[in-house]
Amino acid sequence: MSEQSYSADARVVILGAGHAGGSAAAFLRQYGFAGPIVLIGDEPHAPYQRPPLSKAWLKGEADAASLMLKPAAFYTDQNVELRLSVAATAIDRAKKTVGLSDGNTIDYDILIIATGARARRLPIPGADLYGVLELRNADDAEKLKHAIGPGKRLAVVGGGYVGLEVAASGRALGAEAVVIEREARVLARVACPTLSNFFQDYHRAKGVEFELDAAVDAFVGDEGHVTGVRLADGRVIACDAAVVGVGAIPNDEIAGTAGLALDGGIVVDEAARTSDPAIFAVGDVTRRPLPLYARMHRLESVPNALEQAKQVASAITGRKAPAPEVPWFWSDQYDLKLQIAGIPFDADSIVVRGQPDSAKFAVFHLKGDRLLAVEAVNSPPEFMAGKMLIGNGKAVDAEKLANDTVSMKEVAA
Amino acid sequence: MAKITYIEFNGTEHVIDVKPGLSVMEGAVKNNVPGIDGDCGGACACATCHVYVDDAWRDKVGTAEELEKSMLEFAESVEENSRLSCQIVVSDALDGLVVRMPESQH
Repeated sequence: MSEQSYSADARVVILGAGHAGGSAAAFLRQYGFAGPIVLIGDEPHAPYQRPPLSKAWLKGEADAASLMLKPAAFYTDQNVELRLSVAATAIDRAKKTVGLSDGNTIDYDILIIATGARARRLPIPGADLYGVLELRNADDAEKLKHAIGPGKRLAVVGGGYVGLEVAASGRALGAEAVVIEREARVLARVACPTLSNFFQDYHRAKGVEFELDAAVDAFVGDEGHVTGVRLADGRVIACDAAVVGVGAIPNDEIAGTAGLALDGGIVVDEAARTSDPAIFAVGDVTRRPLPLYARMHRLESVPNALEQAKQVASAITGRKAPAPEVPWFWSDQYDLKLQIAGIPFDADSIVVRGQPDSAKFAVFHLKGDRLLAVEAVNSPPEFMAGKMLIGNGKAVDAEKLANDTVSMKEVAA
Repeated sequence: MAKITYIEFNGTEHVIDVKPGLSVMEGAVKNNVPGIDGDCGGACACATCHVYVDDAWRDKVGTAEELEKSMLEFAESVEENSRLSCQIVVSDALDGLVVRMPESQH
């Protein structure tokens, strides 16, 4: 890692006022940075938490104030200049300036790119019909909230975590829900078959329908409003609204145009620094090192955003770099708490602990006797102990692990 | 408003007025108190909001429920008075509460 010192009154400009950008500003102040900070966001809102948008917020259990990352007073108290409803259009690295969509130009000494990711869209007929929705931000969630309710029928295109969470929230609000997935099982890209089958069965028991192995050809509509999803086999799945959740694309174009190294996201080092020492990048938009797995990866999660925000704030203030964290994720659906730690790159065996039928079990992914990842359903000890074992790299006894009468304390000892 | 005193591992005190109904974690995060991150937003899923409840307040704060207990079991430097602050709801009865943070959150 290059040693770079930054002046204490450097002007920090943060592009993107999401969880990552907002947290970078907050940690800079926590770590004593006293220079000017400008936080620029293209949404009309100050930084807010996105995970509840598909869960508590969608179900009406959280209000707008509770979503906010920090209260409005934080930005004035902490002297963080918020510029909202403004997008960055270009970075001039030679002049150290950023061009903005309102016609202004802003100077920086240190730039932090936190532009996040956007929903992947399906390039198919009817995708622009009213009622074809996506879920990335608060405005999307507001539209979705209006589209689902008792008697409404919701089509969810894409059986990933967001899609399943939306289906669960839709059922909680009394809507019918059908999940349409291109692969033979839900969560195909991100989870093992045991977990996929469990979630499919659980959702079915809650009244969710599934169309698996189903390619979507078009959205069909009436007077500009979506009325159904046409599958490749010609069938039309009727709906009042459709949510497309088929992955996300990093908003890295502005960095690429400026000549920063990209590789499916902005390439950064362990300090979240890009190929330009005056420019950092954090959050969903980055391809970052995962020291525990000795590889580069793009993560989309709040813990990742916070970890990188701490890396940046440490690098800028000359604080000791934080220790690498085990990546982790969570999802709440119905009364299920799913907690995932690690990523099963190159795993060669799977150990299931507990009974999926009881909705309390964990799936461990190992390579030899090392634990790479754990997917825990309603099993916090398995998650916590698993996360610890992934981090410390201790050898794991697979027989003990599979035996749920042996405590996780003993397994991890 | 309830006055909550948050004490960082290095001894730095933060006295914050927290609105009843918020959690002790939210009171810290929303006021940028270092050492309480609350990665999961209060879902009792991460244990990044671990605090020690001052002895004088343990009865009023109460004990952890099952889920929280099982998360705490594997958190670092757990003591008798450990709680996850996302699970402590602030009320007028907790006006004056004092919590300390563990070294792992320093």
